[in-house]
Amino acid sequence: MAGDSADIVRLDGAEKHFGAVRALDGVDFHVGAGECVGLVGHNGAGKSTLMHMVAGTLVPDSGQIAVRGGIEHNYSVPRAQQLGIRCVFQELSLCPNLSVAENTRINHPALRGLGWRRKAADLIAAKLDEIFPDHSISASDIAGDLSIGRRQTVEVARAFTVTQDPLELVILDEPTSSLDAHTAGQLLAFVRRFVAAGGSCILISHVLGEVLQNADRIVVMRDGKVVAADAAKAFDRDRLVTTMGGAEAREKIAAEIAKREAGPLRVRARPARQEDGKQLVANAGEIIGLAGLAGHGQTDLLLAIFAAASRAKAGIEVTAPVALVAGDRQADGIFPQWSIAENIGIRSLARLRNGLLISPQREAELAEFWRGKIGIRTPDLNNNIFSLSGGNQQKTLFARALGSDAKIVLMDDPMRGVDIGTKLEVYDLVREEARNGRTFLWYTTETEELDNCDHIYVFKNGRIVANLRRDELTEEKIIQSSFGDAA
Amino acid sequence: MTAASVENGLRSSSTRRAAARARMLRSLLPALSLALVLMAIAWLNPRAISYFGFSLMLNLAIPIALATIAQMFVISGNELDLSIGTFVGFVGCVTATWLKDAPLLGVAVLAGSIGVYALLGALIHLRNLPSIVVTLGMSFVWQGLAILILPKPGGKAPDWLLSIMAFKPPLIPFPIIAALLIAAVVHFGLMRTSYGVILRGSGGNAAALERAGWSLLRTKIVLFALTGLFGVLSGMALIGITTSADANIGNGYTLLSIAGVILGGGEFVGGRVSPIGAVIGALTLALAASPLLTFMHIPPDWQVAANGAILIIVLAARVLISRRER
Repeated sequence: MAGDSADIVRLDGAEKHFGAVRALDGVDFHVGAGECVGLVGHNGAGKSTLMHMVAGTLVPDSGQIAVRGGIEHNYSVPRAQQLGIRCVFQELSLCPNLSVAENTRINHPALRGLGWRRKAADLIAAKLDEIFPDHSISASDIAGDLSIGRRQTVEVARAFTVTQDPLELVILDEPTSSLDAHTAGQLLAFVRRFVAAGGSCILISHVLGEVLQNADRIVVMRDGKVVAADAAKAFDRDRLVTTMGGAEAREKIAAEIAKREAGPLRVRARPARQEDGKQLVANAGEIIGLAGLAGHGQTDLLLAIFAAASRAKAGIEVTAPVALVAGDRQADGIFPQWSIAENIGIRSLARLRNGLLISPQREAELAEFWRGKIGIRTPDLNNNIFSLSGGNQQKTLFARALGSDAKIVLMDDPMRGVDIGTKLEVYDLVREEARNGRTFLWYTTETEELDNCDHIYVFKNGRIVANLRRDELTEEKIIQSSFGDAA
Repeated sequence: MTAASVENGLRSSSTRRAAARARMLRSLLPALSLALVLMAIAWLNPRAISYFGFSLMLNLAIPIALATIAQMFVISGNELDLSIGTFVGFVGCVTATWLKDAPLLGVAVLAGSIGVYALLGALIHLRNLPSIVVTLGMSFVWQGLAILILPKPGGKAPDWLLSIMAFKPPLIPFPIIAALLIAAVVHFGLMRTSYGVILRGSGGNAAALERAGWSLLRTKIVLFALTGLFGVLSGMALIGITTSADANIGNGYTLLSIAGVILGGGEFVGGRVSPIGAVIGALTLALAASPLLTFMHIPPDWQVAANGAILIIVLAARVLISRRER
């Protein structure tokens, strides 16, 4: 349907190598005007590399890029901006020390001179109002003070602000990974309005339902190549997963969870703001889900339980060692200067000790075991943790927790921005560990993940508002309790 | 549903208000510590709280404030300048010799030294070198040059400089006016202008800035050049007060300037700095350094240690407040 001139962006035969790794292997890709292209694939399939090229942050080793039919020889970020191509990157790219308005200024060289602060503040506030009507963010808020979800809304809104340059194409790389269902819905509705009005959009998401429902066309990538590209209608969930090469697992989960003996009590906790008698109870071998809108006290409770494991705390009873898998892995999870093996071993130092020192050999053994078990893809565990892709970094954090002596594993929305293949592998592992008697407390913003849980507690305003068994669980019920009248 | 989201909004904005309150408290801390030091001085020696007393006590605060501002610029780009002290000494020696005897040469040398700072910024960015190493090396270079220019203490400040520094405005002592002026100018430049946002952003999230199409090479060069500029101003102000120079005259300024920035609410990484705070921090240090301790009858042998103790107390209070912020 698209002639060359109707294409906003067209890449032909794009290749990119990073050392020995072939990140992109001759990719042809185009986006038409007024089109929303869904881009799916495992972490490391080359999606991000491709998007960096479209945004101008990476230059292809070979191949060419054309914008609106004209071939670009010196393509760069400023050039892409002139041409109206914007990108919301997966890693949050706000400056935490600057206010929301000042962060807007960074993307708009035109915002200067007298009164630029007022202009920037009005610009971002108007866009936030348009996309997320009940956002409650002020342009003078410092970005670092905002929750991760709110930072993401600011970043998305910023990408859609317009000053002197046109706005043709917005790349959204995992835009909903830190948003709750309500806010994500607002964003996707806006994207559809934007596309209907003639804008173009590339939507990358690991939540396949989002892509299926919102994209006009879906491009599937695998191992640096485009393996399928077709109208969204031609795909369904199963075909997408098969094309991506993911394992198929969903149905068997429910059957498996069916019946388990309740083991001894592991955790009993009442949130600090709880006023009635409701409390969270977790027994050995159970997977407990913490649901509800993002930032309604789930993380606080997990951290309180974590603290209670080492120091007695009123209202919380913990009977076994605890490990935490952090959600914001860059900020709270990994040790950036350390190797993969050191990052895995840090929770188990007592066991890795040889006399007064840490035995490098035992550390390597532990890491090697978990590399095999959880599938961390690296040539050498002594490489720096940053040599891994995001999904593999997250696996490292799981290996750290699961490799420890902890009987209780707290998970703080750990699957944010992780591809579906990795997710399914980790889900399997979590269930296997639960069968062996471990207890998991799992906060997640993705309703699908709750399918893995035996028991779900829904949170609202720092309180438990509902307590659902696996067989009672439906998305409607969760949404109902999350938004229900202040009960 | 709307009720829920409104409530949700209220809840989160109240936590953000708490964060803003804590930050407010932290930004008041420098002013608070200054007030504390002033009250202590007033209590120990009421006569010091006068036009003449302030002129005398805060005499050296101007060069310290300028050096602190210089340090603040590199810190806002996540770097550190360990050579600012000897650089101030070098500038002092140039001011007391060439700037008086051969003004053109003097001006050229001072402008050139700012250029050297800009080049250091470029070098640190392009070669990805740690600034601590580069500036530590440079500190010996500046010191060596200073000794070459002025092997033994001496020289004389240019007359125009002496008269500027001896300026006695009515009612408010000159050092206070100068401090207000420095704070206002730098606050406007770094905190209010649109390019100041880019400079601070380079410390907050350099990768984001680069993706938005800004040159990190340029921000680093600008920050280092500004450090050089304020280093030059600091050296000249110092010589305008002391009237003659010594190659070692600025050596203490490296640590004083770093302490001033931190005391003033800045942080070593993340582009979080405050020009007003930095100037207040410098004033506090200048007052706590000798007038306060002298009034407390602490012998000079112990004054350096007492000075350090004051630093520890104020910085500890800051850490406590930041912890509450989380």
